[in-house]
Amino acid sequence: MNQAKVPVWVNIALIPLLNITLAFVISGLVIYAIGQNPIEAAGYMIYGAFGYSEGVGYTLYYATNFIFTGLAVCVAFKAGLFNIGGEGQAYIGGLGVGLVCLALDHSMPFIVIAPLAIIGAAVFGAAWAYVPAYLQARRGSHIVITTIMFNFIASSLMVYLMVNWLKGTQNMSLNSRTFEQNAWMPYLHTLLTPLGIDIGDSPVNLSFFWALLCCFGVWLLIWHTRWGYQLRTLGTNPTAAKYAGIDTAKVTIWVMLVSGALAGFVGLNEIMGVNHSLLLNFAAGYGFTGIAVALMGRNHPVGIFLAAILFGALYQGGAEVSFDMPQITPDIVVVVQGLVILFSGALEHMFKDRIEGFFIRRAAAAQEK
Amino acid sequence: MINTTIPYAIELRDISKRFGTVQANKDICLQVPKGSIHGIIGENGAGKSTLMSIIYGFYAADTGHIEVDGEIVDIRTSQDAINAGIGMVHQHFMLVENFTVLENVMLGAEGGALLRKGVSKARAELKRLASQYSLEIDVDAVVEELPVGLQQRVEILKALYRGARILILDEPTGVLTPQEADHLFRILHSLKEKGVTVLLITHKLREILASTDNVSVMRQGEMVAHRETSKTNKEELAELMVGKKVRLTVNKEEAKPGKVVLSAKHLSQLDSQGVKRLKDVSLELRAGEILGVAGVSGNGQSELLNVLSGITVMSEGEIHFAGEVISASAPKNAAQMRDMGMAHVPEDRHKMGLVTGFEAYESAILGYHNSPVYNGKFLMNRKVMLDECSERMAAWDVRPPNPYLKTANFSGGNQQKIVIAREVEQNPDVLLIGQPTRGVDIGAIENIHEQIVSLRDAGKAILLVSVELDEIMALSDRILVMFDGAVVGELEAKDANERVLGLMMANSYSDDPQGEPA
Amino acid sequence: MYDTLIQMLDATVRVSAPLILAALAGLFSERAGIVDISLEGKILGSAFAAAAASAVFGSAWIGLIFGIIASVALALIHGFACITHRGDHIVSGVAINTIVAGLTVTLGLHWFNMGGQTPALSGDQRFLDITLPFAHAMQNVPVIGQIYSNLISGHNILVYLAFVMVPVTYWIVYKTRFGLRLRAVGENPHAVDTAGISVTWLRYRAVMMCGILCGVAGAYLSTAHNAGFLKNMSAGQGYMALAALIFGKWRPVPVMFACLLFGFLNAVAVRLQGVIIPGVGEVPVQAIESLPYVLTILLLAGFIGKAVGPKAVGRPYVKERA
Repeated sequence: MNQAKVPVWVNIALIPLLNITLAFVISGLVIYAIGQNPIEAAGYMIYGAFGYSEGVGYTLYYATNFIFTGLAVCVAFKAGLFNIGGEGQAYIGGLGVGLVCLALDHSMPFIVIAPLAIIGAAVFGAAWAYVPAYLQARRGSHIVITTIMFNFIASSLMVYLMVNWLKGTQNMSLNSRTFEQNAWMPYLHTLLTPLGIDIGDSPVNLSFFWALLCCFGVWLLIWHTRWGYQLRTLGTNPTAAKYAGIDTAKVTIWVMLVSGALAGFVGLNEIMGVNHSLLLNFAAGYGFTGIAVALMGRNHPVGIFLAAILFGALYQGGAEVSFDMPQITPDIVVVVQGLVILFSGALEHMFKDRIEGFFIRRAAAAQEK
Repeated sequence: MINTTIPYAIELRDISKRFGTVQANKDICLQVPKGSIHGIIGENGAGKSTLMSIIYGFYAADTGHIEVDGEIVDIRTSQDAINAGIGMVHQHFMLVENFTVLENVMLGAEGGALLRKGVSKARAELKRLASQYSLEIDVDAVVEELPVGLQQRVEILKALYRGARILILDEPTGVLTPQEADHLFRILHSLKEKGVTVLLITHKLREILASTDNVSVMRQGEMVAHRETSKTNKEELAELMVGKKVRLTVNKEEAKPGKVVLSAKHLSQLDSQGVKRLKDVSLELRAGEILGVAGVSGNGQSELLNVLSGITVMSEGEIHFAGEVISASAPKNAAQMRDMGMAHVPEDRHKMGLVTGFEAYESAILGYHNSPVYNGKFLMNRKVMLDECSERMAAWDVRPPNPYLKTANFSGGNQQKIVIAREVEQNPDVLLIGQPTRGVDIGAIENIHEQIVSLRDAGKAILLVSVELDEIMALSDRILVMFDGAVVGELEAKDANERVLGLMMANSYSDDPQGEPA
Repeated sequence: MYDTLIQMLDATVRVSAPLILAALAGLFSERAGIVDISLEGKILGSAFAAAAASAVFGSAWIGLIFGIIASVALALIHGFACITHRGDHIVSGVAINTIVAGLTVTLGLHWFNMGGQTPALSGDQRFLDITLPFAHAMQNVPVIGQIYSNLISGHNILVYLAFVMVPVTYWIVYKTRFGLRLRAVGENPHAVDTAGISVTWLRYRAVMMCGILCGVAGAYLSTAHNAGFLKNMSAGQGYMALAALIFGKWRPVPVMFACLLFGFLNAVAVRLQGVIIPGVGEVPVQAIESLPYVLTILLLAGFIGKAVGPKAVGRPYVKERA
């Protein structure tokens, strides 16, 4: 009867803030240790991420990726599954987008290509999640291990495809040919500048709005549909799910398909929105950042959106800092990210139990009076 | 004797322990003479297990101290307890299942950094213990392949191997047949004769009266009475345990059974290891009757409930219900069975019946979440769910009546009411009920029993599974007894008594000439 | 042909050595019930620390010590999260891998100003290949001579250490008190606790063993196999070791063979790079590279045998409240 006495804001605001602060403080110490001024670095970082219009655009561009991978982790997590394979699913999702664009950009208008690319991203991403999901649901293979393995298989597959089939003829590097303009996801600046909103010449594109839609969709899906009810039941109490007549294998597979599709949407932003060609390693690190985003966002779409903006700002700000302070590379952002995963994920009980205990005792004391 | 006072084998003084806001033990005092069997009795949640965990060094007491043989001992870890000569046989065995008996016994008492030396010593010592206390066992057998009674023997050997002079047994007969339990008590008596002090924790009055020298009663975290076993009786102990006069019978009219609504024919079921857990079970369930299923826990009752309710698919046999024939080739899952008019109050509400992380109104539709009542075209209708939950909470007196409260934050009795309300309010034809009063406080038990009877009187067909013989005998109109996955006996409630049921539960009814009903 | 085979086996041994060390490291951890996907991060952290210390102090041995210290420190973080604070083992592993990936480059840049690399190591700064006695003399003995002088002889000390660790691990796990307790705590920590043994301390010792072996594996990469640290040089070998651990069903000797198999596949892939086989065309090297992962997945799925890990693995130990 204890949890009831812990105020809501403790769990959704205080504890996440504490975790992120701790991650920042330790990263600050690292920066200090390498002889740089962490305050100064933070200043550059904030300026780089939010201080001018193009920076904001870049922040949103990175955030778009993190929303997709964060949601992917979140949906699986709500069903009690740890999808660590967002990396591979994003990669293969991008392949789907690329293939649609390469096939249709000469013949079709954007209005036809865009929905097909979305479908392509979803189908390819989902397909890459399907095998681990199937093996987990029907054969009991641990999904964490299989999705890790699938990340590596994805990267071998992509190298093979790029080298042998998709490499463009006109360039030396391992890129496909550049898509025609009608297969480009429109940049937001081309849409917003006429409206008087300035986001500079940044790569943020229409995928950002698709990401927002996905946030809303995931929220509805998890908390307001039968399907979400089943998924949450499975995630919190698998035995109760069986008791309730929920086909757990089926739900497991569907959840992973949705998760994989969400991760696959990274391809929209990267391939169709920014690179305009297929290439290697465009998804590098985004899958794992999704884990940090989902943990930081406490597996709720609103939290994930906020956390994605934060990480977007870190990525953009981190790139910015390295111009002014060459000793600080964007790798410091990776450290922050790791620390966030550590504190809000692996060490979540460290503060949570104590803080909740404090409020429970306070409530109990108040009651006795 | 020179000493006027013989020190007690173990003495507790003013032990208190709090978990958060719950006072689990309060000022507990206890004196156990050497070489005696001392019973500690109390309801579930009275604080018995916490107290034993303190003695065994699992938790540290907040206040108070423990004396062994008249000397204060400081028990902070299990190792301290072992060093003080205390051994414990836990309710859930603490064995490494894929280890041999020998490895399990040696764990923690290996006798050196390398195993080789210790192994031969352990073999010799086990041989000695086996002959001294008649605790024979194959030391090279892998534990998971042993029957439960022998696994318990391994636990006792583990304690004795470590030189325990005080042996604590926590609900040791929960998994045993009455006959296996008798065997255990013979072992305990022979241990007592060799000077071992035994502390027996149980909630079964019969065991206390049959085998202990002294008994202490716990209630709501406090030690409320100490008695010499020979100078007390069942009624007094029951009253001390509960704190008020208990009504051991339920008022009910003669049943008026109607037509058969469910019949099961030759049901069998294999578990994931391919072991047959349910063996050729046939039964008929009529409208307006309560069919009780008795048996020691783990003899196929859970599997029977799971198969009947559609949670698991039978490997053989069929169920006739609501005009359909359900079989391995034409199975129905739990959701389909519900649609056909089957409700199920599961044995373990935490594991199955509820999602403790959900808010109450969400737990209150578990299993019925696909019903059109709760669903719009795409989204669920939260308002309907909340309104209905509030109504039911009022009707069933669930406290607090707050549909937004997390399920975990209700007490056991109130959680059980949420489950029973959910299942009953669907107006089912058949109601399966497993362990309806497990972990429910006394006040709520009466209430739940009355409700089950009134459902019967309303013409429902009820299948009741319980390991509490009292409950089975008080509620059932007809009783089936299960042993080792099979139905081994069927009798009318009026012919049932504890001895007959006990013998049937051990599958030794027909071997016993005195067992013939009069 | 025979020469080629010997060369490929030689390459196999070189590639397998760090896998064996890391997989045995994982064995200690997982047998104790701690899932460890941070093998990768520990190897990378150690590779950096070893190369950096070796560059500064001019001794590969000092490098090795620093590598082990770094790796054990990371193992203790993992232990702190998983054992002390009952955190999710996978999440903790991901965190460590991520932190190390960022930190090594950041520190490397600060200390050496070479874009995150360490200076090239040479001489005593590296573990050099050892020629075993009579290797030259044996050279011309048919069959055996080649095997002895080209395959068995001519590796650095850490390779021999890796292979020695296999029987040593076997001995520790099956023949010692620590091993008995280690196996027990991965199956049923409650049994260990009630036997009067500290689950916490036991598991900490297991993760420290894991840290030490990963430390050696990392030092091997940067101060023996290569001559210095490169960004992200572990390149998934920690995960590969994890796969080998599963493939070898958490038993020392089968795990070694799994590592050798994976190493051999790698050697084959390198060898066949760009080779065109008549009728088949160019060999899809990537397919061979991903074979270890595919095989492990097939095993996990029960298509080729069955992999059953320690029963309590990945589950935090909580004393049950009565």
